[in-house]
Amino acid sequence: MSTEILGVLFMFMLTLLLAIPFGKYIARVYNGDKTITDFMAPIERAIYRICGIDSHKEMNWKQHMAALLCINMIWFFGAMIILTTQGSLPLNPDGNPSMSYHLAFNTAISFLVNCNLQHYSGETGVTYFSQLTVMTFLHFVSAATGMAALVVVFRAFRDKTTTSLGNFFRYFLLSCTRILLPVAIVVATILAFRGVPASFAGKDQIISMEGDTVNVSRGPAAGMIAIKHLGTNGGGWFGVNSAHPLENPDYVTNITEMVAQVLIPVAMIFAFGYFIKRKKLSWTIFAVMTAGFLMLVIPTIYYEIHGNPEITKMGIDQSLGSMEGKEIRFGSAASAYWAIITTVISTGSVNSMHDSLTPMSGTMTLLAMMINAFYGGCGVGILNYFIFLVITVFIAGLMVGRTPEMFGRKVEAREVKIAIMIALLHPFIILVPTAMAAFGITSNPDLGWLNNPGFHGFSEMLYEYTSSAANNGSGFEGLGDNTVWWNISCGFVLIFGRYLPIIGPVAIAGILASKKYIPESSGTLKIDSITFSITTFAVILIIAALAFFPALVLGPLAEYFSH
Amino acid sequence: MKRQTSTTLFQKDLVIAAFKESFIKLHPKTMIKNPVMFMVEIGTVIMFIVTIMTLFSVVSGQGSFAYNFLIFLILLVTLLFANFAEAIAEARGKAQAESLRKTREETPATIIYSDGRTKRISSSELKKGDIFIVKAGEIIPSDGEITEGLATIDESAITGESAPVIREGGGDRSSVTGGTKVLSDQIKVRVTIAQGESFLDKMIALVEGASRQKTPNEIALTILLAGFTMVFLLVTVTLKTFGDYANATLPLASLISLFVCLIPTTIGGLLSAIGIAGMDRALQANVISKSGKAVETAGDVDTLLLDKTGTITIGNRKATNFFPAEGIDKTEFIRICVLSSLADETPEGKSIVELGKTQKVEVSTKDIQQAKLIKFTAETRSSGLDFPDGLEIRKGAFDAIKRITEKAGFSFPAEINNHVKTISSNGGTPLVVTKNSKVVGVIQLEDIIKPGMVERFERLRKMGVKTVMVTGDNPLTAKFIANKAGVDDFIAEATPEEKMNYIKKEQASGKLVAMMGDGTNDAPALAQADVGVAMNSGTQAAKEACNMVDLDNDPTKLIEIVEIGKQLLITRGTLTTFSIANDVAKYFAIVPALFIASIPGLQALNIMRLSSPETAILSAVIFNAIIIPFLIPLALKGVQYKPLGASALLARNLLIYGLGGVLVPFAGIKLIDMAVSIFW
Repeated sequence: MSTEILGVLFMFMLTLLLAIPFGKYIARVYNGDKTITDFMAPIERAIYRICGIDSHKEMNWKQHMAALLCINMIWFFGAMIILTTQGSLPLNPDGNPSMSYHLAFNTAISFLVNCNLQHYSGETGVTYFSQLTVMTFLHFVSAATGMAALVVVFRAFRDKTTTSLGNFFRYFLLSCTRILLPVAIVVATILAFRGVPASFAGKDQIISMEGDTVNVSRGPAAGMIAIKHLGTNGGGWFGVNSAHPLENPDYVTNITEMVAQVLIPVAMIFAFGYFIKRKKLSWTIFAVMTAGFLMLVIPTIYYEIHGNPEITKMGIDQSLGSMEGKEIRFGSAASAYWAIITTVISTGSVNSMHDSLTPMSGTMTLLAMMINAFYGGCGVGILNYFIFLVITVFIAGLMVGRTPEMFGRKVEAREVKIAIMIALLHPFIILVPTAMAAFGITSNPDLGWLNNPGFHGFSEMLYEYTSSAANNGSGFEGLGDNTVWWNISCGFVLIFGRYLPIIGPVAIAGILASKKYIPESSGTLKIDSITFSITTFAVILIIAALAFFPALVLGPLAEYFSH
Repeated sequence: MKRQTSTTLFQKDLVIAAFKESFIKLHPKTMIKNPVMFMVEIGTVIMFIVTIMTLFSVVSGQGSFAYNFLIFLILLVTLLFANFAEAIAEARGKAQAESLRKTREETPATIIYSDGRTKRISSSELKKGDIFIVKAGEIIPSDGEITEGLATIDESAITGESAPVIREGGGDRSSVTGGTKVLSDQIKVRVTIAQGESFLDKMIALVEGASRQKTPNEIALTILLAGFTMVFLLVTVTLKTFGDYANATLPLASLISLFVCLIPTTIGGLLSAIGIAGMDRALQANVISKSGKAVETAGDVDTLLLDKTGTITIGNRKATNFFPAEGIDKTEFIRICVLSSLADETPEGKSIVELGKTQKVEVSTKDIQQAKLIKFTAETRSSGLDFPDGLEIRKGAFDAIKRITEKAGFSFPAEINNHVKTISSNGGTPLVVTKNSKVVGVIQLEDIIKPGMVERFERLRKMGVKTVMVTGDNPLTAKFIANKAGVDDFIAEATPEEKMNYIKKEQASGKLVAMMGDGTNDAPALAQADVGVAMNSGTQAAKEACNMVDLDNDPTKLIEIVEIGKQLLITRGTLTTFSIANDVAKYFAIVPALFIASIPGLQALNIMRLSSPETAILSAVIFNAIIIPFLIPLALKGVQYKPLGASALLARNLLIYGLGGVLVPFAGIKLIDMAVSIFW
């Protein structure tokens, strides 16, 4: 058992060790300083020239957002066309069919918004062409979109009183060429050497020990699996994601994939500090997020390594922990750690079946996505955290008797309005569709969505929308989700859950940046102090807990207490 | 003596008036201004309908009539409590302002028409621009400006200061206030303000709510609270379908109770009371603010401009020592000094005579009856006497006197030169005296720093407020006093332009500046400052330009105003925190109660061990209602402000109101449940 915990600790420390210098590197990249990847500059210049982009043109926050939305819209239509016609496109050795319009809608949106909810199975649902031009492509650009949006916020607080916040296309391209691509190549190489397929050949036939003939899917998977983690995307090559032996063959690939997915979210926190020259702020944000992460991961590991009490009662040995739905090559602790990592960060790739988690662990994964601000996805994690920061600054500012200030700018009605609307959006797009689904299933139990009745069925529905809203993409499974209702409703939840939480914080940052800069005095609330961090933590917990407590009570908590 | 302004928190007549007002305020048109309480009102109306329906058994699954009726009643009481909080704050503010206004209503006025006729009319008939005459013993009928004459006036009716003040036409002290009494002489006054537009009228209107506008900060907080209300509306509505899925029947009464308990009714109910009480506290400090925003802005002030004289130091400079020149007898020197100052009406002159008395040197006024008085001018920078026998005495600034002596061919004595240097470098002012153009000695004038000022500046520094001393002194003297008093910066040899530039410079770097002034030449700076406080004795121009008027003419009042402003924000912040933190306990009371019947396992969440689902819900709603009146005194008095620095203050308030807000309702709900379960 202790070796397993040590393995978990090792993964965490390794991530932190890599993330700090990497954060410094990221800050230098966006700042335009000299870096070791400057050899990419000619390629970037060529791209700017082909696209007719003036990378030095300064944009205000509205121009940034317009650029972001336009470019995303183009990708969406491209993805839709490819997915609905993939059956007749090249690189389809297995002869997989084209997608239905609603599945294509759900899939295109889902990959576009960095969620990667997969209502299809990679082996049968998509072709190699789609995997490369839709999935892998969107893995890169959706991550870069989130990072570029965050850099706009960085810029807003680096300079005093400004409306020019850099060039969106430059931030976007640098994210791809200087950050995502180089690291993805390293990760993909490690994975390929450890046995992840990287081949254009179709299904392979093997004869199992029982003598059955089995068709094994493969494909150019290593590259996609690298970026799926690095970009906190999570959409895997194979249906069962990183639980699949070819997607995540052993403990080493497990560590590699684990570190790869936390790397950028954590590095971005430190990049923030280096970029605006407030390193202490980075550490306090990191501390709050880590406290939240530990609060989620410790119970999960505890409940998973102690196994399911119901099974223990049957007299079955559970010394390995709760192993239902888990891979023996990872063990219960590493799987529990993955379950929380993948839900706090919006990756959503899985190496075990979340449906089989013990009820308390299920609660923790749900809570991780409901809060969605501890580390969080590529770029967007800090944007979510930023919303809580604004609300905390406002309440705490009042408590010290000064009109609230953030980075030297007054936080007033307009910013509070945007922040509370974004904070309200998350429960709205989780609770309302869940209520509609619950209403549907109550009035017509024959819909056949749920494999499990009762509280667990409720958790499955709640999980699906929570995962969509948080742009996470993992599933509780057990839910018959490839239907028109689930594809379309999740699609809309995905869109709202993606773009509004990006636009909101960027708008607040843009508005704040244009305000008069006020120097700090001893009456100013320091947002990098320990007291303020504790307040932020309390605000995050209370807002998330208060909105979702009843839903959690009726789902996993009812399941937990009823046994 | 100060007017007794702080009434007890709940005066009987005010309570009765507020009680009536809390019912009137139930009108939806009034309620909708407060989104949180408006939602409670909607809930109450729904509960009323449900109660009626259960009475006639029209619906099933909604629980007993008694249960529904009780919930309805408690919700109604919650609304009334919130309305009462606002009403009592308004009533107190109004009572304060009325007591000030009463003094000047319906006083007779003698109006002078342009043709010279006079007529006795009532003060309410006076119009802006009218000229009236007031004789000794009469009450001044309206605010105005003296056009002619000089009078001593008893302003104790509004300031509480019993010592009479002198007011005269033309100059910085020409303004008179309605309701004050002329003690001697007679003055002609031009009415400067139309009836119903005086500062007090404005203040009363602000308190009454008719013209009360929400401050930017209040608006932001209201938005935040409305956001929370929306979240909980969402939680409650969706919970209904979740309940149906789980086969738990949820009566409307329970859902509405959950909703009302979760939305921030505590702060929602007290929000406007806190704002009104802030202005009321300013009024108690004898400061009339022209808007609620001004008080709030005061809490944000970064830089405070204070006049040296009267604020930092006691009145004016005083003579503290005589240094005769070599070969001059000390008594003789003192005699010359006193002689030169007898006709001098300046405070410095008087202090020289006083100091002379303590040194047993007395001179009769007869001695100078024949002498010709040479007045102080900015050019000569000296004053003195010319006696018929040819004796000339001069006293004045060092450089001015030096010029006189050198012009007359005398050398300036070295030891006097040394004295002058020592006095100057110690923050004093040397006053050199000559007899027939020959230096006979030097008088030391010194500033005395008011007791307690050093501590107050220290307190301001902890609040993060920079203090700036404004003085006409030379930089050397100014620096010395600034250091001694502990102010952060000073403006020496200050002119109105210089003040203005300083304010602009501070504002350009993003700071909020407060200043106090009284003269006409202060008006531009007062208008430029973010918080301008004019003294009531000041000119009309100054009073128009400012956003607050201090009735006491007390320059240290700025410090109090800053604290009142901070207190206002802190009270709002802490009660918001308290209100939201309360929800944790309420969840643990209500959520298990809602589902225990269908999911018995959830009894584990009933950590307070409340006796039954009904009592649990009733207790939570009752707690939610009675916490409002419990906190009314806090809302009216304001949370105590301690200058600790932002982080320490946050830690303190978070511990008391955040952690307290989580814990108190656990105890409160449990206690109420124990009481309720006796009857249920």
